[in-house]
Amino acid sequence: MTDYRMHILICGGTGCKASESNEIKEKFNHFISEFDLEDEVQVLFTGCFGFCEKGPIIKVLPDNTFYVSVAAKDIEEIVKEHILKGRPVKRLLYKEPVSGEVISESQDMDFYKKQIRIALRNCGFINPENIEEYISRDGYMALGKCLSEYTPEETTNIIKDSGLRGRGGGGFPTGLKWEITRKVESDQKYVVCNADEGDPGAFMDRSILEGDPHSVIEAMAICGYCIGADTGLVYIRAEYPLAIERLKTAIKQAEEYGLLGDKILGADFNFKIELRYGAGAFVCGEETALIHSMEGLRGEPTVKPPFPSVSGYMEKPTNVNNVETFANIPVIINKGAAWFSKIGTDKSKGTKVFALAGKINNVGLIEVPMGTTLREVIYDIGGGIKDGKEFKAVQTGGPSGGCLTKDFLDTPIDYENLLSAGSMMGSGGMIVMDEDDCMVSIAKFYLEFTLEESCGKCNPCRIGNKRLFEILDKVTEGKGTLEDIDKLKVLSDVIKDTSLCGLGQSSPNPVLSTIANFEDEYLSHVEEGKCPAGQCKSLVRYDILEDVCNGCTLCFRNCPVGAITGERRTPHFIDQSLCIKCGVCYDKCKFNAITVN
Amino acid sequence: MDTVKLNIDNKSVVVKKGTTILQAAKEIGVDIPTLCYMKLDDLNIENKPGGCRICVVEVEGRRNLAPACCTDVNEGMEVKTHSIRAINARRTVMELILSDHPADCLICAKSGNCDLQDMAHNLGIRKLNYQGEQSHYREDTSPAIIREVDKCIMCRRCEMMCNEVQTVGVLSAINRGFESVVAPAFEMNLDHSVCTYCGQCVAVCPTGALTEVDETAKVVRVLSDPTKTVIVQTAPAVRAALGEEFDMEAGTLVTGKLVSALRRLGFNYVFDTDFAADLTIMEEGTELLNRIGKHLEGDKDVKLPILTSCCPAWVKFFEHQFPDLMDIPSTARSPQQMFGSIAKTYFAQKLGIKREDLVVVSIMPCVAKKYECGRDEFKVDSNPDVDHAITTRELAALIKLSNIDFHTLPNEEFDNPLGESTGAAVIFGTTGGVIEAAVRTAYEVHTKKDLPKIDFDELRGMEGIRKATIDFDGIPINIGIAHGLGNARKLLEEIQAGESEFHAIEIMSCPGGCIGGGGQPYHHGNADIIKKRQKAIYQEDSKKAIRKSHENPHILKLYEEFLGEPMSEKAHHLLHTKYFDRT
Amino acid sequence: MSKIKSLSDLKKIKEEVQSKMKLRENSDNPEQFVQVKVGMATCGIASGAKDTMKFFIEELELQAVDAVVTQTGCMGYCYAEPTVEVILPGKEPVVFGYVNKNKAEEIIDTYIKKGKLVDGIIPISFKTIDE
Repeated sequence: MTDYRMHILICGGTGCKASESNEIKEKFNHFISEFDLEDEVQVLFTGCFGFCEKGPIIKVLPDNTFYVSVAAKDIEEIVKEHILKGRPVKRLLYKEPVSGEVISESQDMDFYKKQIRIALRNCGFINPENIEEYISRDGYMALGKCLSEYTPEETTNIIKDSGLRGRGGGGFPTGLKWEITRKVESDQKYVVCNADEGDPGAFMDRSILEGDPHSVIEAMAICGYCIGADTGLVYIRAEYPLAIERLKTAIKQAEEYGLLGDKILGADFNFKIELRYGAGAFVCGEETALIHSMEGLRGEPTVKPPFPSVSGYMEKPTNVNNVETFANIPVIINKGAAWFSKIGTDKSKGTKVFALAGKINNVGLIEVPMGTTLREVIYDIGGGIKDGKEFKAVQTGGPSGGCLTKDFLDTPIDYENLLSAGSMMGSGGMIVMDEDDCMVSIAKFYLEFTLEESCGKCNPCRIGNKRLFEILDKVTEGKGTLEDIDKLKVLSDVIKDTSLCGLGQSSPNPVLSTIANFEDEYLSHVEEGKCPAGQCKSLVRYDILEDVCNGCTLCFRNCPVGAITGERRTPHFIDQSLCIKCGVCYDKCKFNAITVN
Repeated sequence: MDTVKLNIDNKSVVVKKGTTILQAAKEIGVDIPTLCYMKLDDLNIENKPGGCRICVVEVEGRRNLAPACCTDVNEGMEVKTHSIRAINARRTVMELILSDHPADCLICAKSGNCDLQDMAHNLGIRKLNYQGEQSHYREDTSPAIIREVDKCIMCRRCEMMCNEVQTVGVLSAINRGFESVVAPAFEMNLDHSVCTYCGQCVAVCPTGALTEVDETAKVVRVLSDPTKTVIVQTAPAVRAALGEEFDMEAGTLVTGKLVSALRRLGFNYVFDTDFAADLTIMEEGTELLNRIGKHLEGDKDVKLPILTSCCPAWVKFFEHQFPDLMDIPSTARSPQQMFGSIAKTYFAQKLGIKREDLVVVSIMPCVAKKYECGRDEFKVDSNPDVDHAITTRELAALIKLSNIDFHTLPNEEFDNPLGESTGAAVIFGTTGGVIEAAVRTAYEVHTKKDLPKIDFDELRGMEGIRKATIDFDGIPINIGIAHGLGNARKLLEEIQAGESEFHAIEIMSCPGGCIGGGGQPYHHGNADIIKKRQKAIYQEDSKKAIRKSHENPHILKLYEEFLGEPMSEKAHHLLHTKYFDRT
Repeated sequence: MSKIKSLSDLKKIKEEVQSKMKLRENSDNPEQFVQVKVGMATCGIASGAKDTMKFFIEELELQAVDAVVTQTGCMGYCYAEPTVEVILPGKEPVVFGYVNKNKAEEIIDTYIKKGKLVDGIIPISFKTIDE
């Protein structure tokens, strides 16, 4: 075993590499060999540290010193002072921008405090198919504590005091929901976990179920204890086979260990959990549609009131919560409501898991305290925009949300702020868009989804969304008029105002928010017939420059629909009425004779 | 506090807790427009999916508009039913519905009688701002009902009637989103499904999506054929409702005008199905007494209760759903079919004409009768006993088409020998009527005594399931009555479980009985109309000179001259039938 | 497995498992295991984590290295799947990204057997609730 006494980790993320990290590594190698330190010091590249604006980044182990904004010319000093003499180079250390404090260890940096994993606390740390690993990390302690030390009312109050709000998108105070369900008198009650996760691109719930299914099981049992239910149902979408397997295994193990079943942990409390499978309907993420789907009826929402807390599954009081909401419960019980409510903002406590996707470098799952700004999420944690492009918009809330421009980047994330900004928290999908994304196309993409997923029960959603989509389609085809943009707004407002359930009430949001924030793009489509981002195929126009084309016939021979005509050695011509805008001619031309507009 | 005080359009109103905005508004004369909502009071039938979004109203403090039909009132609520926001929303929703609806009002069967058309008119729609693709589906024709599925607006009334009231379960919403529509499973045709053709879906459909098969053209053709003798029979329920098609008040008895209209139409003989109803009582009453008699003597094999069998939708219902009980219903045919059978034998003989040259047309409140006359067992060498069955609505159309001014028609009498009927026959049209008619005859035949009272009030009413015990001179006979197939199912399940307490049960498929049939003038959701028709039926009964079937002189003559006696071999051959397992 | 009958029983199990794990991590103890955790959520599996895990199990066995290879959930670095966490006795956990068979081989030969770090470490970017 070679025993290096020091490791130099150089950030190999895209941002830092675009700076000088390669030269930095060369310099290190040079000086380390010059001072004969090859057997003592190892230099290597790592993945992105995420702190891209302060790159190039260097971390020194084992002392955890964190250098920022390092230049190649600084390396000699680092080797001489820090590696040889053990004296960190102070001027290269990170300075906290507000306090001016110099921070040498990365653990103490605010940047590292940007993500706090509460719901994801065990994901990536334990084997989800081994209950003992869960137990070793305080698993089922919260359940035990409630059963032995707190009454159902006291436990409900803890959840209320924590300020936890529904993580499925609604943001309803969880403790209050539990209390309402608890107070309804009935011989039978149910706890339901909404694991339908229909938002395209969202995978927070999936990761929790695949990585830490016991946290949800424990939380459901705690909920059952609070509201007086002995049966829990997990409605999980059939498109998550691995999550289903892990959950089944976890339930079985919990039963074997007596943590589900009769007289749990010696208390007078029985609880069992059953799985119910979705069948590919986004609308079944809506709680009443979910309940009807479980009852074997058509998955359609029904009018609320009555709310499920009063009359839900089989017309019994039912408490429906999202997977992520449940994942927070054991921690709140173990660490206390006060600890939890210290994290986050005034009205939105705790953390939120986001599935970062789109044109961003570090695509993945993050969990940040409420109040973190969008800028911090996208640039610090997400590593900034891919390929160095310009940020254009960030979409939150899935097909029910809106697109926010760079003017909103400093918005602290919480339920109220996102709503007043014109979007919503949703279940946690966050999609970043760059200059190559056409906002009209994006709105059309989301509307196409909700149109397909509408249950069809009420007229404004079933027919209104279809008409809305047809108008948007017209605009992306370059056939829209100014009147159409007005129609989009008017119809969207009526659909929002009259739809029966959340799907219809929020399906026009992408349209309304893109019209509000990117009106110029719509006008460009409508007045000039141009798509500024170049994404709307019908508005893209391929032309051959007469004075450049030498008649080599390469494009003519490759056009799949025969839209190009021309004799050898004479300039060729594209018939726009036949052109399908596939772009093959543009790719093939060796003489740059084809323009794309 | 059991009451709630609120303001609707600045008018204060106090209502019971649990009242909806729609109901509260009605109490102060505010008529919020509705489309999918339908409530048939007294019949316990309500359709409240909250899906059409036409009845939306503005409620202060609420973010979006509220559907008045399914939003309960709260203390201090401020409701605006015709604010510009509410009106604009309603009109936009209507425009959206119309944008996905065939624009063939001028030739649609429901034109002039269509809830959607009326609503569009009331909302003042003059322009369709949103136009685009329309959803298209396959049209479906069956012996009795036509489904023009493109016209479906997803009000779910037919689904509610078929599943919750009739418990047949043929229609339900299928597909999702823009493609969603109400149809049988796998979009199969009605005639491949367990549809009973009760026609209740047709009775409640607010558009032309569900209508009956129109046979008026066939009737006109047959009336113009000089080689045929065309006779007509009219069901009891028709005379209590036909006037509504000519703007008369519901419950106006128009028997006399009905007869004269039919004569003017060109029918050679105008007869009365009620005559055959009396005949049915003779046969079924005898069967009833036979079975009960054997039972009282201790026969363990005899099947009780005996169930009436004059309703073809009910017959199809138990053939599909309760084939294990096929030997329980009476074997007697329905009055329509008994009439046809006797007409094409007894009467054809009397006229001296061939069976094929006699055409029997029936006027029925029912669409299932169209299916019934096509059943093979009711044909002789492919010649049906009843050639065409048309509904009350189709007759009204024929009358209008033939330039007859209904209002100025004189009252005329039915022809004989198949036109004379008793009060017992008339009440066949309402729930409780068939069994009351049977009891009137059974009592006198069995006890050989006069009835102490002819009216059996204990058998009358509108509740879905009714029970009564009739004292047959010391022997208590338990009678059960059900109308609506869902109620019938309950009684049948009791029989299956061996727990039935009844000796005889009357079953009618349609809520209210035949007066509420699928072929009657549309009630548009007003159950009061059905109650008024029921009243008219009992009125006609009470005015009749002869009120017991076995006292009908023409019936007695028929047996004497032709049939012999009830349940004779000839009677069995012509007037009884068997059933088929359709599972 | 006999059922856990009370909260104190549960606590006992927690302590047992925790001490077992500490034993593994403690470099003074002769029973030193290398722990390899492979991210086996759907994103990991879709990128080939099953092959990666199989490789680690077989190769470490072949090379007679005392190691425990287990599966774990999503670590959150979806852009760098398959991800693998390696805990050498007495050392801090290190997460590697883009671990295909070649990278796995490099990790075994270079880091596990020689303690020399390898390119492509994913720096941990979050705090857990215990910090």
